[in-house]
Amino acid sequence: MSDRKSLGLLMKKKSSPSSPLVGSEVARASRAWLGFFGQNQGQSKRLKDVEISFPIVYGTISFWLGKKASEYNSHKWTVYVRGATNEDLGVIVKRVVFQLHPSFNNPTRIVESPPFELSESGWGEFEIAITLFFHNDVCDKQLDLYHQLKLYPEEDNGPQSTKKPVVIETYDEIVFFEPSEAFFLRVQNHPAAMVPRLPAGLNLPPPGPPELVLEKKRGDTKDHPLVQCFMNFSEADELLKLAAARQQVQAHIVKLRRQLSMIDGLPQQSKAASGQ
Amino acid sequence: MKFLKFSSSGLHSDIESTTWCRIHFGRACSLLLESPELIAISRALCCIRKPNPRNRRRQHMDAKDILGLPKSFPGTQEKKPRQQKEPQRKPDGISREVYALTGGIAPLIPTIEVSHLKRRPVLDKEKITWQWLPFTNSARTDNLMLYHWVRVVNGVPPTGDYQFAKYNKSVDVIKYTDEEYEKYLTDSMWTKEETDQLFDMCERFDLRFIIIADRFPTSRTVEELKSRYYSVSRALLIARAPSVADVAGHPLVKEPYDMAYEMERKRALSAVLSRTKQQEIRDTEILSEAKRIMESRNASKGVENVDLPDDHTDIEITEKGTHVESPSPSSNMQPSSTAVPSAAITENASTPASLRMLRVYLRTHALDQMVQAASSNAGPRTIIRVEQTLSDLGVHIKPKVPTKAVCAEHLELRKEILTLFNLQKQLQNKEAEVSASRDTSFTEAPGTPKRSYRGDADRPFVSEAVGFGGERMGKRDQKRKAPGRFVDAPPSPPQSKRPRKLKASDG
Repeated sequence: MSDRKSLGLLMKKKSSPSSPLVGSEVARASRAWLGFFGQNQGQSKRLKDVEISFPIVYGTISFWLGKKASEYNSHKWTVYVRGATNEDLGVIVKRVVFQLHPSFNNPTRIVESPPFELSESGWGEFEIAITLFFHNDVCDKQLDLYHQLKLYPEEDNGPQSTKKPVVIETYDEIVFFEPSEAFFLRVQNHPAAMVPRLPAGLNLPPPGPPELVLEKKRGDTKDHPLVQCFMNFSEADELLKLAAARQQVQAHIVKLRRQLSMIDGLPQQSKAASGQ
Repeated sequence: MKFLKFSSSGLHSDIESTTWCRIHFGRACSLLLESPELIAISRALCCIRKPNPRNRRRQHMDAKDILGLPKSFPGTQEKKPRQQKEPQRKPDGISREVYALTGGIAPLIPTIEVSHLKRRPVLDKEKITWQWLPFTNSARTDNLMLYHWVRVVNGVPPTGDYQFAKYNKSVDVIKYTDEEYEKYLTDSMWTKEETDQLFDMCERFDLRFIIIADRFPTSRTVEELKSRYYSVSRALLIARAPSVADVAGHPLVKEPYDMAYEMERKRALSAVLSRTKQQEIRDTEILSEAKRIMESRNASKGVENVDLPDDHTDIEITEKGTHVESPSPSSNMQPSSTAVPSAAITENASTPASLRMLRVYLRTHALDQMVQAASSNAGPRTIIRVEQTLSDLGVHIKPKVPTKAVCAEHLELRKEILTLFNLQKQLQNKEAEVSASRDTSFTEAPGTPKRSYRGDADRPFVSEAVGFGGERMGKRDQKRKAPGRFVDAPPSPPQSKRPRKLKASDG
């Protein structure tokens, strides 16, 4: 189609001293064609049955302001999303949007670069909606988390101290199912990522040169001012408890199965007895 | 109140009717003083009449009339409120009608500042006059003096150039000498005169090539003229520059004018603009067809990944999921979401299809989905029992550290607990069967102390000591009662009466 060629020509990136005329109609049509061609390459190459996960911790830390506290400003708190081992989440997260209570001005706070955190001061507890937006090659969809801000400690043990903050953290893992090849190659060696065993027969192209880390700010939270307050999450405890529980249940199951099989033998006996 | 007056014509005096009412209601209501009841009654009566805020006191009067209460301020009562209202009605500065728009009441926050309404401009600042003065225009070459109105402040006329002189810009057209022409700029298609003419016109018309093309003596197209001009300028630039690198950044040098390309581009543009309606329709059809092909290609890839029994709804869902330009990007909701179509899908694959659909999800969310799927055929009571069991075992119902391993273990544990319950149920049923058959057969089987799990079934792990220690007791029992029988019941008293009967018969 000659029109197609002409549209292609129109979109060729050649600028010249002549006046560039691109009508909006033409632009739209040609963009559609380019999209058609562009989709074939790009991100449709996904690694089947592979998942890559990123452990994160999100939560709030709140300090009582003590003497400086007023009725409407009694606590200073920080809400954040960090890597579980304090690694930089900027490798996958493009920006984080914290949605605060409408009584804050500009309740929609956007944080564009790691560390993804927001500090505020106030007096009330409310639910904060945290939305994670990922880079374009990671995922188109956003991910929502919800966290209840707590200012006051659980046990009401008298006067609050300005030194001991109220820390509520939640551990979770972001799982990317069937990531695109480009994304996988980019992050497979990043400390924030947890790469499980890859299925056999997965042929990955050799990793390219390591990503050039430009002179940007550190995104990890290893030296964060509040790092003392961060909780440690170890799966060992949980695994132990689970293993113990499973053992018990399994033992009980075995017992029951034995009983069942015995009972299955019983009616024959009683019938035999009655037969006599 | 008019409706309470029993006279049909309005001529009867109020006194008559009120007397009638007074006779009947007077005694009872005389106890009602200036009370909220009175106000309530009058308000109720008011509802029937159109409410008129000015008449509130009048209404009170009528109500009191009816109820036969003495009027509090006899005589001057009617006049005083009216007098008070009169000055109220006429606020200064605004007409009465305008004031009535606000409901006749003064606004809570003063909105109409009377002082604003009749303001005179501030006269004690600068003195401004307008004068008809001559001016010069630096953009002019002929020193023509024109006149215009000028705003003079305090007798000082404004300084500065004519404000439109700054727009007098022109293009710098490169000038070449004859030697330069001989050296660099000769061209087979162009004579020197033509080139000179071209450049002269460029200067005159500020590079407006359409005009130049129009006026050019020999007929040349716009592209030819442009091409000649730009190539000459480029050659001159490069020639005059001390080194090529200096001008490498200049747009003329970086991107030279390509005549063929320009002609093709313009032709294509005019073709696009002059497409008929039919052609447009055809083009959009073809584009949508192409889109559909792409989608189906993506879908077929998506279907390969998801190996489910042919489920048409799922194929549609995968199409939607992988559709790149989905208009409403679905976000991954937390456990409270019902939009994810997980309910209908039986979980045979290791990851439910719904999770495969989501490119990114949280581990806790995934766990919840799988737990739901696993206990899909269990009732709510069972689920509560499972959770109770978990807490008895000391396990968090939602793991605090949901790593992949922890989640897998958790899921397995839940499944095992469900299996346990199933087995217990089976056992109960079997026992019920057996005992039923036993009863009907009237055999006196040597007392088999029935273990009944009915009491314990719900809480097998209440205290491990009881559960597992009891086994030993049971065995001792067994040895005492009937060798060869098996008993591993905890020593809880059997719930049903039948075993007791049998035991008694054992005696």
